Amino acid sequence: MLRITTCIKQVPGTTKVEVDEETGVLKRDGIESKMNPYDLYALETALKIKEKNGAELRVISMGPPQASEVIKEAYMMGADDGLLLSDRKFAGADVLSTAYTLSQGIAAQGMPDLIICGKQTTDGDTAQVGPEIAEFLSIPHVANVIRIREIKAEAIVVDMDLPYAVETVEIAFPCLITVEKGIYQPRLPSFKLKKATQDRPIHQLCLKDFTDQNETRYGLKGSPTQVVRIFPPEANTERETWEGSGPELVGMIHDRLITEKFI
Amino acid sequence: MNYRKVTRDDIDTLIGITSTDRVFTEDAINEDYSRDELSADERYPEVLVKANSTQEVSRIMTYAYENDIPVTPRGQGTGLVGGAVALFGGIMIDLNNMNQILELDEENLTLTVEPGVMLMEIMKYVEERDMFYPPDPGEKSASIGGNINTNAGGMRAVKYGVTRDYVRSLEVVMPNGEIMEFGGKVVKNSSGYSVKDLIVGSEGTLGIVTKAVLRLLPLPKTAISLLIPFPDLFSAIETVPKIIKAKAIPTAIEFMERDVILAAEEYLGMQFPDSSANAYLLLNFDGNSKEEIEGIYENVANICLDAGAEDVLIADTQERKEAIWKARGAFLEAIKASTSDMDECDVVVPRNRIAEFVKFADTLKEEFDVRIMGFGHAGDGNLHLYVLKDQMDRAAFSDKLSKVFDRMYEKARELGGAVSGEHGIGYAKKPFLKDSLGDSGMSLLGAIKQAFDPKLILNPGKVCS
Repeated sequence: MLRITTCIKQVPGTTKVEVDEETGVLKRDGIESKMNPYDLYALETALKIKEKNGAELRVISMGPPQASEVIKEAYMMGADDGLLLSDRKFAGADVLSTAYTLSQGIAAQGMPDLIICGKQTTDGDTAQVGPEIAEFLSIPHVANVIRIREIKAEAIVVDMDLPYAVETVEIAFPCLITVEKGIYQPRLPSFKLKKATQDRPIHQLCLKDFTDQNETRYGLKGSPTQVVRIFPPEANTERETWEGSGPELVGMIHDRLITEKFI
Repeated sequence: MNYRKVTRDDIDTLIGITSTDRVFTEDAINEDYSRDELSADERYPEVLVKANSTQEVSRIMTYAYENDIPVTPRGQGTGLVGGAVALFGGIMIDLNNMNQILELDEENLTLTVEPGVMLMEIMKYVEERDMFYPPDPGEKSASIGGNINTNAGGMRAVKYGVTRDYVRSLEVVMPNGEIMEFGGKVVKNSSGYSVKDLIVGSEGTLGIVTKAVLRLLPLPKTAISLLIPFPDLFSAIETVPKIIKAKAIPTAIEFMERDVILAAEEYLGMQFPDSSANAYLLLNFDGNSKEEIEGIYENVANICLDAGAEDVLIADTQERKEAIWKARGAFLEAIKASTSDMDECDVVVPRNRIAEFVKFADTLKEEFDVRIMGFGHAGDGNLHLYVLKDQMDRAAFSDKLSKVFDRMYEKARELGGAVSGEHGIGYAKKPFLKDSLGDSGMSLLGAIKQAFDPKLILNPGKVCS
């Protein structure tokens, strides 16, 4: 049977997260969290493949113990098995060390046929973790997938969205894809599955379960990028209303674009 | 009633009261002003005036009263029964320029607004300040003046009630031009007849609302919706009284059928999170934390499963709720887009009789060979059933429509219901109101109208005049 692993992440439940002016850290206290919305598309893609072709679906997440919430949520949507990578030594990870940690976690459980990631997260927004996991695992990967065309015995055929074209590619298993928002409408968590899976265990792995236990590759120590400062972007709510005929307004916009140096 | 036609002198007077750029006649009157959202009939006012203040409305009204010219007040024109259509020509007063939020009183939890403020603006304004205006009609671009005049209900009525429950006081220009105030920023009031409550839902026939003080609540911190698939509509609707009996109070219990969901998917070009079942109930619970709400809905979810629901799907994030409620909000437009013309029945029946009514309405499809689509507020007994014209010619449709409506309203009466749950009577539903209230009821309404408007110049041809 096809083995699929989907990567999911817990992110703040609201976009109105405040930043501590002094430390530059997100104020997460009292903020509800949720599954990264982009991951819902990855999970739905996996569930659609599972429904159509049959598959064993595992979800994997890295985060503090409370991140097990999103794994339970994945169970409520139809995932079979969940793995949480949690260790204090993983804290403060940047893109590179996050991708490395996930790749170690995935490898520790035996390589799946297909890994599906969301395009990006709503808190980090880098869109790099998926492809980097594949690089660490030395498997082929395709990003910006907008359609699953076919599942073959040894490969998957997908449409990849490029700026001016859509390319159809066949990728041999094992491989990784990241899917675009809107590939499928994500299903809602099911109350029936909530009841049925409430006692299903969530497997946890920490650093000592990995093949590579070199601490300098994980968490803050393994992160070449350091966040200097996080700050809310300046919001500009200034508005001007112009009145006039079509040609007059076009002229005004043209002049303004030039004075503002937009063109 | 003999109304005087509008003359050049009248128009000059109106310009004198307002200004040249706010008075329109003939071709300068936009086609929108000749109808509302549902009726296709076009009736133009002789003159359209955009009022900027209570004083202007009062002076226009005084002049119209002295000269026997009919006046039709109008907000955004999103009504569905022709309430804001100038049946007798005359003057139409457009109140949309009066669109200021005047005061937020955090000590009395009230919001003072002009009638032209749109519902969505009120919601945004108060919710940004952690406060809550509960009435939630689907049409968010309606003006608050229109909401007050139809006593609009919407999708939170099960828990919070309707517009009338959130109006503390009104400033009203009477038909003779006098400016009066009814009610106040008080929580209790036993001081004589409640004229304020009479004006709410009067469809612009008793006075023109020029200012309103609305009651607010603290904003519930979070909400969770449940989308519950059922094998058929009847098992869905028959579950509603069981939910109500369980004493968990959702803000909304909506019902919807697959064909309406598919129409909305097509209309919006987006996918609904689930469209595998024939019928759905949609419940919404609000509260102060996710845990609190989970505790409440669990019981209801189990009741639904016992009653034959296929599952209970949980929408607990903004994205998930939006995917459902955006489609729910577009049902009317989606149905409208699926046919050439339609008319609606907005009856309300006691909540435990709604399944019976829906079953009955379903039999009419076959009996009259007509497409009827519907959705509605199962939790408060208010249904929206649309009879669709499709390929029929106008005469055949109109004939079929009146037969189907006669049967529907007769059934609603039999079940102890009323003609309109939230859209009002306007002119389109007048015959059915008469059937429902009888001669004595209608003459009482007529006497009330006379007391406010002895010359019958304000919004004539509507409700009871």
